[in-house]
Amino acid sequence: MMKKTELSSFSACAGCAAKMGATALREILAGLKKQSDPRLLVGFDHSDDAAAYELCGEEVLVATTDFFPPPVADPYLYGQIAAANALSDIYAMGGEPRLALNILAVPESLSKETVRAIVAGGAERVQAAGALLAGGHTVFAETPLYGLAVWGCVKKENLWTNGGARPGDALILTKALGSGIITVAAQGELVEPDVLKKVYGRMARLNKTARDVLQNHGVHACTDITGFGLLGHTLELARAGGCSVLLDAAAIPFQAEALDFARMGFIPAGAYRNRDFAASHVEAADIDRALKDICYDPQTGGGLCCALPEKEAEACLKELHLHPETAEAALIGRVVDRREKYIYLKQKNFS
Amino acid sequence: MKKIDARGLSCPEPVLLLRRALQKGEDEYVILVDNGAAKENCLRFGEYQGYKVEIEAGGDDFCLHLKKKA
Repeated sequence: MMKKTELSSFSACAGCAAKMGATALREILAGLKKQSDPRLLVGFDHSDDAAAYELCGEEVLVATTDFFPPPVADPYLYGQIAAANALSDIYAMGGEPRLALNILAVPESLSKETVRAIVAGGAERVQAAGALLAGGHTVFAETPLYGLAVWGCVKKENLWTNGGARPGDALILTKALGSGIITVAAQGELVEPDVLKKVYGRMARLNKTARDVLQNHGVHACTDITGFGLLGHTLELARAGGCSVLLDAAAIPFQAEALDFARMGFIPAGAYRNRDFAASHVEAADIDRALKDICYDPQTGGGLCCALPEKEAEACLKELHLHPETAEAALIGRVVDRREKYIYLKQKNFS
Repeated sequence: MKKIDARGLSCPEPVLLLRRALQKGEDEYVILVDNGAAKENCLRFGEYQGYKVEIEAGGDDFCLHLKKKA
């Protein structure tokens, strides 16, 4: 079971489940004046993973920030998970992380050892990504928050956005779902240690290998699956591409134990927020409720989800399966012309 | 009938309270919650344990009636 630490009492519905709902976020951002600049390729009005700004030459700067309260009690692991999650936004744009700054808020009562472990975990992931941790900012607050601001680079022709999916594309997801549900069940001490280890390992895993492989296969659009869950992020992908998506429910990879925990109601509040904003765009009438819950489950450090030409899909999957980091990648659906709904989640008669 | 007040608690606390209470194996329970996620999660747990669940909304609160299925 989970070892109690100083962070245990803060981990209720945390990680990416703490993300503000898409509806609320949209309302807040609606009041901001949209700035336009030919060099700003992706701004906040795109609901994308990171901002993209064209530098001189063909080089594009990709910038993001991501932080959240602890989804786990172990401080080092918390640091790793938060950092991997922030770095992932750069990978989701096809970029290479270069520079990172810590963003840290801690209660004054937290011991120096715990705070040191959080930062050490984050630094380990930044180094594993081949980027530099160059500073940061720390404040006292009631609830711990940790994450990074990250800058990365990508050649303009290799920049991925969440727009660009085309009818005829295949959809590939590189990590299994279920981290939000398992994290909530872990707070009830209901999850076996080996399952937790697997799920936490997945949450802390960089999407670097996934990005490396996908780069070889002509990706049209990409995003990472985080706080809005598979259906929330797929909805953004479909909307930005002006198309619809058919998802094959039987092909979606998830941590097997999450299905039973979903049936038992160990579901983060964020999953219901995701359902509330996305459900009217999703047709999923014949799908088991627990599986739908998993598809709305907010993921912390989820995988990349990309649209690529169907003829590339098989070779891409084959290559992903060569690497242990992306061995659970799956072909989860395909892109079609815009229909009444943006997403069709189907169990049978997949067409 | 056992009554549980889970208002003011966020997930997974209401489900954990209900789980503890259901271990006593009574035929009927009433649980009060004050947020949508707790309502949905307690509904799922009740059904998982073989109860028929009826939900009554009142103001900001939800009252869930659990009845053991025959």
